[in-house]
Formats: sequence, C-alpha cells, structure tokens
Amino acid sequence: MEKKHRLWVSGFFLFVLFVSPALAETPAGGATADSHAWWFWPMILLIVTFIMGVFAVLGGVGGGVLFVPIISGFFPFHLDFVRGTGLLVALSGALAAGPGLLKMNLASLRLAIPVALIASTCAIFGAMVGLALPTNVIQISLGGTIIGICVLMLTAKKSVLPDVPQADRLSTALRIYGVYQEGSTGQIIDWKIHRTPLGLCLFIIIGVMAGMFGLGAGWANVPVLNLVMGAPLKISVATSKFLLSITDTSAAWVYMNKGCVIPLMVVPSLVGIMLGSLVGVHLLKIAKPTFIRWMVIAILAFAGVKALLKGLGI
Amino acid sequence: MDETPELSLKASPEQLLYARILEKGMFIGLICLLVTFAIYTFGIMKPYVSLDRVSCCWAMNVTDYLHQENIKSGWAWLGMLKYGDFINFIGIAILAGVSIFCYLAIVPVLIKNKDRIYVVLALLEAIVLSIAASGLIAVGH
Repeated sequence: MEKKHRLWVSGFFLFVLFVSPALAETPAGGATADSHAWWFWPMILLIVTFIMGVFAVLGGVGGGVLFVPIISGFFPFHLDFVRGTGLLVALSGALAAGPGLLKMNLASLRLAIPVALIASTCAIFGAMVGLALPTNVIQISLGGTIIGICVLMLTAKKSVLPDVPQADRLSTALRIYGVYQEGSTGQIIDWKIHRTPLGLCLFIIIGVMAGMFGLGAGWANVPVLNLVMGAPLKISVATSKFLLSITDTSAAWVYMNKGCVIPLMVVPSLVGIMLGSLVGVHLLKIAKPTFIRWMVIAILAFAGVKALLKGLGI
Repeated sequence: MDETPELSLKASPEQLLYARILEKGMFIGLICLLVTFAIYTFGIMKPYVSLDRVSCCWAMNVTDYLHQENIKSGWAWLGMLKYGDFINFIGIAILAGVSIFCYLAIVPVLIKNKDRIYVVLALLEAIVLSIAASGLIAVGH
C-alpha cells in the first residue's frame, strides 16, 4: 500500500514538474495567443487541483498555500488571477469545513471573532499592497514566503495540549475558553489561552500576508493559536480552518472588485480542490502521512524557488 | 476564578446560528456557481468575453485585461448578468458574502446575552467585510 501511495505522490510531482511547464508555452506577464482549445487549461486545472486537494489533506496543509505557488509557477496564468482564485479556493475549503467544526464545538467562535477582526482588516491592507506592487516584486516575496513556510513546516513543533498555567487578562475579559471531548480517549478537556495580545499582534502579519499573496493562512494560524496562545491542537486546527472563511473573504472581495476573478479558472479550481479533499479524507485512513508531508514540503520548496527565479527574471 | 461551571460541550447558541447560516450560504453559493458555470460553458447564455478569447486574457495583468476587454471593475458585473460569464459572479458573491450575514445574524443573540464586547466586535467585523465588499477600496498596478 505504501508503494502505491508513493507512486501517486511521485506521479503528481512529475506531472507538476515536467508536464505543466511543457504545456505552458505562454510566459505569464504577456498576452499571447494560446493555441489550445478553451477547455484545455481549465481541464488541466481541474485535474491538478483535484490531486492538490488530495495531497493538501494528506499533507496537512490548506489548498490555498499549494495553489498559488504551484499554479503561478507552472501555468500560463498571471499572478493577479492566480491570487484571486487562490483566495476563493481557500475560502471555499473553509466554508465547507467551517459549519461542521462550529457545530462540533471544535472551532471556537469566541476565539475566532477578535482574531478574525484583526486578520481580515489586515488582509484588506495586504490585498491592496499586493495589487499595487509590481508583479515581479510580489513573485520574489511569494517565493521567499513559500520557502519560509517550508522551513516553518519542517521546524515548528505542535503541542496537542499546551500548558497554560493561567489565562491572561485579555482572554479572561473576552471569555475565550472552552471545553471539548477528545474523540480518541473520551477525555473532557478544559482549555484556555494566554499571551493573547502577542497572538493578536501576530495576526496582523498573517492577515497582511494572506491578502498580499492570496494564500490561505492555515500554515501560520495553527502555530500562533497552538504554540503562542496555547489553544489545544484540535481547537487550533479547527478554529484556523474556520478563521480562513473570514480572513480570506475580506481579501477575496478586494481581488474580486479589482477584476482578478476569471470564472473559467475559479470554478474548475474550486471543484477540483473540493473533490480532491473528499478523496483525501478517505485516503487519510490508509496513507503514510509522513512521507506525503515530506513530498508536499519538497513540492512547495520547488515552487517557492521557481517563484523566486521567475520574479528575478531568471 | 473558576469558569468551568459556565462551560458546556455543546456549542453556544450564537455559534450554532452562525454555523447554520454559513452552511446554507455555502450550499446555495456552490450550487449557484455550478449551475451558472454549466450555463456559461455549454453556451446556453452568450458570454461577454468568448471562451476562446479568455485563454488569451489570463496571461496579462488584470489592468490590461480589463482595459482590453472593456470590462469595468467593482460591482459593474451586476449590470452584465445577461452574459454567461458574468452570471458566475452571483455564486462567487454569495460564497464571499455569506460571512457578513452570519455576523449580522448573531448580533441579536449577543445583545440578548448582554455580551457587549462581542456585539461591538461582530458589528465591526460586519463593517470591515462590507467595506471590502463595497468596492470602495480601489487599488491597481
């Protein structure tokens, strides 16, 4: 079974590395005629985003963080449209998961509301900056950010139940605490958070980056909620996912109002990622997550380097 | 200080209300998006930018794309709903807009619970998202 999965992963890797760039004859940044039929690129997008959706779930990352660097690096779409689509991809994933997580009381609305207010406001600012800066500057910054995300994924530890000796004054005033039942053990776990002011300050940066690059921000939300603010891992992951439905909404509107949304790119991407995520959830039971996570990091690193080189004109 | 007596395994009423509206909005938006996309790609409604031309447009930056195709940004798409490509924006707008309704819907519950700080935070968030949606924020290359 493990060999079968490695083949899948390798197949995806090879497809991204060799097939897509070979097909993408048009360099992003200039308008040239595409010799393919109109349905060709949307179809490729559907297939790639489907595979991306599978690996996003198995690799424990959001769709948006894979979508923007890979699609902007290997497809003939301009970064403006890729970022607009990327935000909608991340948003739709969050909208699909959010209601269930809220109902199960794993995502905490009380935790999300103040965090979302800061992140979504800053995401608007990030989107404005991202749309105002020259494309090559954004490409270079995106490449650097993606490589940074890889480092974060490789080095950041996770704490299932962080030790929070005492809730800070702000979180106490906001009554950010809760209780949930650990499904695997049946244990009832009380949780509270600390270092709330620091955590909220970090969401300023997260919001700006989410808006500027069109990335979902789960890769940053979870470490801040879990390691800095001390929310249990399950609460952090669930609240982060729900949080994207608000953060990405504000940035998505800026991109949409600017005209960075082409339905022929958006719909295949949304459908592909959503279907892929559904398959990924089923494969999660039998997959070897460590190997897939390594592959996802490798693909992201490659896409990050590619974005850097593209931005530098190399 | 012991908050435990207030805690419950069940989600709060405002959280459940938020979840219900979000779920409905997500389904309506998604169905709308799929139906309008089918109308667009099967040619049931004529697109403003023909399908063959779109592939020539997505490689250029957004400013050039809008200029070349003479498309106005912001909410101008509402006036172009007779075209197959622009009807797709209905579903996208529902997906992007549902959170605003969720926030507004929980305000009465929060007021009832005398949760003043969260009333203010929820209203502020609704205002922030509405400003983003309004198109008042204009930027460009």
